[in-house]
Amino acid sequence: MVIVAILLVLVIVLAINAMPAISKFGFSFIGSSSWDAVRAAFGALPAIFGTLLSSAIGLLIAIPISLGAAIFLVELAPTWLRGPASFVIEMLAAIPSVIIGLWGLFVLVPIVRNPIESWLGSKLGFLPFFQGPPFGVGFLAAGFILAIMVIPIISAMSRDAMRAVPDQQREAMLALGATRWEMVRQAVLPYCRSGLVGAVILGLGRALGETMAVTMVIGNSYTISSSLFSPNSTIASKIANEFSEASSGVFVGSLIELALILFAITLVVNVIARLLLWRMTSVKGTIE
Amino acid sequence: MSKRMYLRRTWFNRIMLGLCSVAAGLAIMVLALILGYTLTRGISAMNLSFLTNAAKPVGEVGGGMRNEIFGTFILVILGSVLAIPVGLMAGIFLSEFASPKVATAVQFAADILAGIPSIVVGVFVYAIVVQPMHSYSALSAGVALAIIMVPIVARTAEESLRLVPNSMREAALALGITRWRAVVGVVIPGALTGIVTGIMLAVARIAGETAPLLFTALGSQFGVQGLLKPIGALPLQIYHYALSPYRDQQQQAWAGAFLLIMLVLGISILVRWISNRKHN
Repeated sequence: MVIVAILLVLVIVLAINAMPAISKFGFSFIGSSSWDAVRAAFGALPAIFGTLLSSAIGLLIAIPISLGAAIFLVELAPTWLRGPASFVIEMLAAIPSVIIGLWGLFVLVPIVRNPIESWLGSKLGFLPFFQGPPFGVGFLAAGFILAIMVIPIISAMSRDAMRAVPDQQREAMLALGATRWEMVRQAVLPYCRSGLVGAVILGLGRALGETMAVTMVIGNSYTISSSLFSPNSTIASKIANEFSEASSGVFVGSLIELALILFAITLVVNVIARLLLWRMTSVKGTIE
Repeated sequence: MSKRMYLRRTWFNRIMLGLCSVAAGLAIMVLALILGYTLTRGISAMNLSFLTNAAKPVGEVGGGMRNEIFGTFILVILGSVLAIPVGLMAGIFLSEFASPKVATAVQFAADILAGIPSIVVGVFVYAIVVQPMHSYSALSAGVALAIIMVPIVARTAEESLRLVPNSMREAALALGITRWRAVVGVVIPGALTGIVTGIMLAVARIAGETAPLLFTALGSQFGVQGLLKPIGALPLQIYHYALSPYRDQQQQAWAGAFLLIMLVLGISILVRWISNRKHN
C-alpha cells in the first residue's frame, strides 16, 4: 500500500511543483527549444530530443549484442560455462553508473574522438549524421555508454524468456532436420517474442532515465542537431546539471516539469514492458 | 543443387552461431575492460591518506575522502533503516495476506516504482523534504535512497517467502497459533536467506547511487555534521572530482571508484556465494 501511495504522491507533488512553469508556458514548453535563465524562457524540446536519440543509439548497439549473448547463454554455451558467464554479465549491471561515467570520460571519449569520429567524419562525412568537428563527448559517446548499461538488463531478461521456451519446441524443430540456428530462429525466438520485446523495452526504460554516466559524456550543450558528433543534453542530464543552481521559481518549475515529462515517458515505457513480460509468463503457465 | 543448399545452410548456421558467441564475448570483454582499468588506476591512486584524510583545497596534496566514505556509510544505514521495515512488511503482505488481485496491483506498482529514474526520485524528495525544511540534508538523501530501496526489498522478500512450501504454513496453523505468529515463527525463518540476500543487493544498489544525492545530500566540505545538514558521499565526490581539471582530484576519483566497486562487487559476490551454498 505504501508503494502505491509513494507513486501517487510522487505524481501529485511533481505536478504541483511544476505549476509555475506549466501555467507560464503551457504546451509550448514541449515545443520550444530555448533555455534562457535571464529572460526566464524555457523549453524542453532539445532535452526530449536528446533523451530519445541517445537511447535509440544505445539500443541500436545493445540489441544485437544482448540477443546474441542471450542465445549463446541458453543454446550454445556448455553447461559449466552458463552460470559463470551469466554472472559476469550480471555484474556489469551492478557497477554504479558514476563509475561507468568515469571510465567513459577518461577512456571511451578519447577513443570516440579519434579514431572513431575522425574516421567516420572523413569516410562518411557526406551524411548529415557524421558532420561537424569530432569532440568526443556527444551523442555517439552517450550511445556507447547507454549500450554498455542496458546490455546486462536486456540479455538477462531475454535469457530468462528463452529459457522458458519448452524443450519440445527445440526437439521438434531439430527432428525436422533444422540446423541449430534455424531452430533458434524459427522455434525459439518466435515462441518468446513478447518476452524479448519486453526485455528490450525494459532496457529502453533504463536508458531513458540514466543520469550520471550520460551527463559525464554527452557534453551538455542545449541544441538540436542531426549530427551524432554534437554535444547535447538529455532530460536527466539537464536536471542533474542545473537543479542545484536554479534560482527563480520558473526555472525550478521548468526543471521539475522536465522531471515530470521524464517520469511520464518512462512510466509508459515501463508499463508496456511489464505487461509484455507478464503476458509471457502467463502464456507459459497455460501451456505447461 | 540440394547439396549446395545444404552447404549454404550449414555455413549460415556456423556464421550466425559464431556471431552469437562473439556477442557474448563482447559483453564479457566490456566488463573486463571497465573493471581492469578502474582497478589498476584505482590501486595506483589508493593510499592511506586517501582513507584517513579529509578533502583539502586544490593545490594541497594528501587530501582524501574520509568524510565522504563516512557519509556514504551513514546514508546507506539511514536508507536501510527507513526502507527495510517498509519493504519487508510490503513483501510479507504481498506473499501472505494480500488477495491475488490486490497482490498483482501492488506488484505492478512496485515494478513501476523500481523503474522510475533515480533522478526523478531526487527531484521528488527535494520537493517534499528539502524545500519544506529549507536545507539540503542527510535525512533527505536517506529518504531518496529508501524510496529506491523499498521496491527491491519488497519484491525479493515476496519471492523468497513464496518459495516456503504451504505445508509448513498449514502445519503451523494446525498447532492452533495465529496467522501472524505462523508467519513470524515459521515462514520468515524459512525464507531468511532469500530476504537477507535481497536486502544486501538493495544496499549494493543504493551505495553507488549518485543522481538522487545531487540535490538532497548536496555534498559538504565540513564533514559529517548531523542528519539535518548537507553531507558528502563517495559517489557524489567521484562525480565532482571526475569533472575537475586537477590531476590530484582526478586521481582521488579513481581511488574512490576503486573503493566503491570493491564494495558493490564484494556484496554481489557474497550474495551469489550465499545463494549457491543454499542450493547445494
